[in-house]
Amino acid sequence: MVVGESGVIAKVNGEGRVRRRLFDMGVTPNAEVYFRKKAPLGDPIEVTLRGYELSLRKEEAKWVEVEVKEGK
Amino acid sequence: MKTFALAGNPNSGKTTLFNALTGATAHVGNWPGVTVEQRKGVYRNKKAGIEANITDLPGIYSLSPYTPEEVISRNFILDEHPDAIINIVDVTNLERNLYLTTQLLEMDVPVIVALNMMDALEKQGSSVNAEELSKKLGVPVVEISALKNEHIEALMKEAMKLPEKRKGETVLTDGWLGDLVKEATAIYSKEEGIIHPLFHAIKALENDEIEAKANKSAFAEVSKLIETKGKTVDELEAASADGRYQVITETFATSLSKKEKAASEKLTYSDKVDKVLTNRWVGIPIFLVLLYILFRITFAENLFFADFGIGTFDEGGVFEGLFYAEGHLMSLGKILANFVECVTDWFTGVVAGWMEGAGAWQSFVCDGILGGIFAVMGFLPQILLLFFFFSILEDTGYMARVAFILDRAFRRFGLSGRAIIPMIMGFGCSVPAMVNTRTLSSEKEKIQTIRVVPFFVCSAKLPIVAAVGAALGDAFGIDPALTALVAYFGGVLIGFISAIVMHLTTQREKVPPFIMELPAYHMPQAKALGIHVWDKAKHSFKKLFTIIFVSTVIIWAMLYFRFDWQILGEEETAEYSILGVLGSVFSPIFTPLGWGTQLVATVNGQTMNMGWAFAVSALNGLVAKENAIATFATIANSIGAGIADDVDGALSFSYLVQACGSSLSVGALYSFIFFNVLTIPCFAAVATAKAELPKGTLKWTILFWLGVSYVVSCMVYTSVTFIWPIAIWAVLIIGGGVGIYFYNKHRVAIDGPLNA
Repeated sequence: MVVGESGVIAKVNGEGRVRRRLFDMGVTPNAEVYFRKKAPLGDPIEVTLRGYELSLRKEEAKWVEVEVKEGK
Repeated sequence: MKTFALAGNPNSGKTTLFNALTGATAHVGNWPGVTVEQRKGVYRNKKAGIEANITDLPGIYSLSPYTPEEVISRNFILDEHPDAIINIVDVTNLERNLYLTTQLLEMDVPVIVALNMMDALEKQGSSVNAEELSKKLGVPVVEISALKNEHIEALMKEAMKLPEKRKGETVLTDGWLGDLVKEATAIYSKEEGIIHPLFHAIKALENDEIEAKANKSAFAEVSKLIETKGKTVDELEAASADGRYQVITETFATSLSKKEKAASEKLTYSDKVDKVLTNRWVGIPIFLVLLYILFRITFAENLFFADFGIGTFDEGGVFEGLFYAEGHLMSLGKILANFVECVTDWFTGVVAGWMEGAGAWQSFVCDGILGGIFAVMGFLPQILLLFFFFSILEDTGYMARVAFILDRAFRRFGLSGRAIIPMIMGFGCSVPAMVNTRTLSSEKEKIQTIRVVPFFVCSAKLPIVAAVGAALGDAFGIDPALTALVAYFGGVLIGFISAIVMHLTTQREKVPPFIMELPAYHMPQAKALGIHVWDKAKHSFKKLFTIIFVSTVIIWAMLYFRFDWQILGEEETAEYSILGVLGSVFSPIFTPLGWGTQLVATVNGQTMNMGWAFAVSALNGLVAKENAIATFATIANSIGAGIADDVDGALSFSYLVQACGSSLSVGALYSFIFFNVLTIPCFAAVATAKAELPKGTLKWTILFWLGVSYVVSCMVYTSVTFIWPIAIWAVLIIGGGVGIYFYNKHRVAIDGPLNA
């Protein structure tokens, strides 16, 4: 996924507390996400999800599988 | 009297509502995690005849806690049995907020949902059907705006009408998961003493860490049940979260009629601001420049670096020295400080006039009490101004962005971007900053952060920096704003270096994850800012007239008397006083730092040692950092006859410095600043660190503060003064660096790398 793309979450991999936290923050299958931007130093990233802005590192984002819907 | 708990997502306005309900002035800000402890208050409404206890809880995203402050919220609801929960829901962010609601509803406790931020929703042109939502959720729903104080009374009236008991309900009723929930609940219902069987059963299914420890036998039974059904724990976790969100989007969220636009084309006011502030190229420079500007407005003698030429302003006019001097305009902080000084100088002058001829009493009141207290009070405007600026940063939502843009850099220090928030709070006061580290998810990260928080120059250390800066300006012509910058950035730099060293040695762990909500920006609220600054002012005044007052009186007495309780004779210098003798005992310790036994001052023709004064000030600073300058002021006033009406802290310190002449060097003054900035913070901060740190780590933390402050100050003094020791320090630093490099390599070979 690159900046400016939207998609639908297909699966959340990973394990333990981080995965749990992602779920709690609304990162669940079928949720729509929009990749808004990268931080100035390239990481973390900011996504729009369920109507709010979430920031997470690429390290954590890599566990989330997204089906890209539309490119720019 | 009934007790209601306020529960909801972080940044959903719980504390704003709490303040509105109880008339309290608790700290609010626009970033997740402002509230980190429970807070109690009472709601009284005589007209409606309602009285109730209100408890404000830290924000939580779910009842599966992730950070220590979230555990507080869960435990409160489970252990303290509130009569009902007032669930605050941010309507502008309905889906994610209702996720917590679905979990709260699983408990056997009455719930009322307060839809907050209705004003913001209406501004977006959207609306919500509260009645319909109430029917779907099965609990009352009230629309409010905590900020504008709208419908608060209606909310409390509804809350009072809630039944005594309520049976927990879940949205997880469909398919195999629904069956599992029913069977697990049956297991828990059999157990004795379980108050919320449904809630605990679902937590057991979700493989909750706390639940596993709390109810071992039932948990084990549920685990077996999961196995027999051929399901895995991972699968269940996903299914429950997914199930909740599905019901929310398909059933609950439909009560909201949004003026919907695709996320990609929606560019709100907040997004536009964000585009600039977190921009790839200018984001970090903007942050640094902003900080620099804030410091200049607070400290600078010459705000615009510009010499407008003597005569541009009305030289000799009443406002000279107040707004401008020598052809330059002063900063806002300086101007405000000058005003306070005018008043305090006038006051001391008047009192000194009255007490003319009263001997010891005049000295006691003017040198002792007024000297010490006014020395610190003179800095109050600058303290409050800086605090005001940081409150704006907090209130607008910029603080969370700072965490976002700097996370990548922080990872090198073994910290997540989240840790920058307590650090920036440290510029205000270390105590709340250390408490805020509860929002950090890892213990090692918490230890590192608490240890470096005092290195962020707090408002009580500001007088030290400002007074020494002014003295450096008077005696050596160094710009005070430059000194302030060196002190602040030096502290930050040493904080980062220590964090890296700890990360690579004693506090090794994988860098904790960073998953954080970025709240929408909003204009700073005058009321919230007012509360912040007023609270800080109250706190400062209280400190001034308690700790600092008492310390000054003691210092004065110890200066006025000798050990045999005789008044110090006319020909005897202050070093023979109790304070002088005690200070002289400690003075040799600070000789390697440049402000020990080598200091010799000439006052009124008498020559005396001066090292004791610095030693006493630094030690007295351990009680409260403002004491350091208050002590100097008292000493300067006591020994220098004829300056009794000059009680300004900076001036009296400057007077001492000039009296020391060539025995006091630039390096020694910088060393004095760094020692005070880096050493053991005040009593209050040490007590907080003790409470927040894991057991057994406090002694190492204190040793760390002592070691860092002593070594760095010594390095600063010797390097600036003699130049050649730079070589020795460089060798030591490089040696240490190489040592850590090889230690790290060795550990990586054993445990694997720290960073992915």
